[in-house]
Amino acid sequence: MIFTRDHKQLLPYVTGDITDDWTDIVAAYADAGADAVEVGLPFSDPTLDGPTIQEASFVALSRGATADAIISDVAGAPVPLVASTYYQLVAYAGPERFCARLSRSGFRGLIVPDLPLEESAHLEAVAADAGVDLVLLAAPVTPAARLAEIARRSRGFIYAVSLMGTTGERDTLAPGAAALARALSTRTDLPVLLGFGIATPEQAVDAARGADGIVVGAALMRRVLDGVQPAAVGAFVASLRRALDSGVAADGEVPRDRR
Amino acid sequence: MRFGDHGGRYVPEPLIPACEAVAEAFADAWADPGFRAELDTLLRQHAGRPTTLTPAANLSADLGLRVTLKREDLAHTGSHKINNVLGQALLARRMGKPRIIAETGAGQHGVATATAAALLGLDATVFMGQKDVERQSLNVFRMRLLGAEVVPVHAGSRTLKDATSEAMRHWVAHTEDTYYCVGSVIGPHPYPTMVREFQSVIGIEARGQGGIPDYVVACVGGGSNAAGTFSAFLDTDATLIGVEADGGAALTKGAPGVLHGFRGYILQDAHGQVVEAHSISAGLDYPGTGPEHGHWRDSGRARYVSVTDDEVLAATTHLARTEGILPALESAHAIAWVMRAARTGELPRGASVLITLSGRGDKDVPTLMGAHQ
Repeated sequence: MIFTRDHKQLLPYVTGDITDDWTDIVAAYADAGADAVEVGLPFSDPTLDGPTIQEASFVALSRGATADAIISDVAGAPVPLVASTYYQLVAYAGPERFCARLSRSGFRGLIVPDLPLEESAHLEAVAADAGVDLVLLAAPVTPAARLAEIARRSRGFIYAVSLMGTTGERDTLAPGAAALARALSTRTDLPVLLGFGIATPEQAVDAARGADGIVVGAALMRRVLDGVQPAAVGAFVASLRRALDSGVAADGEVPRDRR
Repeated sequence: MRFGDHGGRYVPEPLIPACEAVAEAFADAWADPGFRAELDTLLRQHAGRPTTLTPAANLSADLGLRVTLKREDLAHTGSHKINNVLGQALLARRMGKPRIIAETGAGQHGVATATAAALLGLDATVFMGQKDVERQSLNVFRMRLLGAEVVPVHAGSRTLKDATSEAMRHWVAHTEDTYYCVGSVIGPHPYPTMVREFQSVIGIEARGQGGIPDYVVACVGGGSNAAGTFSAFLDTDATLIGVEADGGAALTKGAPGVLHGFRGYILQDAHGQVVEAHSISAGLDYPGTGPEHGHWRDSGRARYVSVTDDEVLAATTHLARTEGILPALESAHAIAWVMRAARTGELPRGASVLITLSGRGDKDVPTLMGAHQ
């Protein structure tokens, strides 16, 4: 298992090769108490990503980023790794070769947002053979029967997409997020992690109340794109860690809806 | 859902219910004589169908062939795009969606979408790459005149592929009240099938008007006018030829890949990233082609070839001067290949050739002025 359920799980994201020192960002996340790190393999046409991750992908690709180099650069990281990318890059490499590479570099999981149940059977089998968990997504509009099927077929954890929209920071946690996490939790023993739009310690606490953990991406990549150094980005992840562990957003501050 | 190895529905989980709803609504509507009759009436009364089949006597004499032109350039809004858009806009209204969105490259699909939305009382938002907004300013203004909102897209290569990505992103956040009116035989199931069906009126009419030719030739960007034409001749001995732009030749130079919800032939670099297409015709500036074309290519039912920008410019002028018809640069690709194949002997003397003239060249006059200076 990538994640446990004994404490709230934290999965911060980094776009592979976004900067020269991007592996320092991975290390900083690990130091900050990340339970695993999601490494994005940038794709030219990221249709489920908002402006921040689009820009991060564009910056990385402009630097000459390739999936192969990213996967090998991060081998032996001091934290479990989960890759995320669009299916084109998996199909291009060939699912068998792609999963074998991930496995060799110590990746434990794989997220492919544009590969729904109808298309995922082959990659599920190939990933399982390679010892990589193929993580499936669930959405607020996913009907109950489909949620059950996703819960049955997902491996490692379930990625609950908190809102109808693309990745990116939002002012508040989406209202349907808790209901989706609850609906999934009744159907699975796998950890359920909420992602999309979680940008602050307060939102992290809100989200983790109904879920086993959270994924944070755009809020981190915005900082990196703004030139914030790995240690300082790590410090922000540490603030998320403290919030999740204590159940309060900051020292002594109780989230709004608990007051 | 599949055409051989191609097609499928490679969309994120949040879009699955929306795609399923479109598929169900289309299957239901297409089987409903009332829907078919309403669409037929719109095609006749608003779009000006049937479009004529013109025997191109001068061009034929010149090339030693018997060429007929299916005149989609005479359809309302200036191209075949209106056939598909009227169908999808009716479907949107039938689904109770008050708003439609679309992507556009040259602006032809955007103008058709704005037109259908105005006619049927729907709100329309059209996504267009910033580069195309600059290149096609007249069509941008035209869409706005018709009441549509035009959203310039600054991401990526700022052309049609990025406009398509942005339309998909917008749809994810607005599925409840918004219908995505895809402009070609691309996208997730059911779009490639649905758009082909709405465009099949081209081929069905042409076959009724001129019978079965030896060759059927159409240009291919995403591939909707070709799919609509070819579909009526699949069960015949006619040779089907799809003509791509040299700089956007996914079927002749690309490889199978996954983009915008479907598996098909796509232009990609040595690391699997999708590359930008380059063509003098903005409407063919798309790095992918419809999944059914991939299937026809693999099975050998259709053949795909490409022509250069120079050949296209020469063909545009030639058709204008021999027949008095100024074709869209997209459509001129089909003319250009026929001219080349007549010269090389690949098209035997006396062969009958049906060319789908998908659109008119008025929109390309500024480009042509630039090219001739």
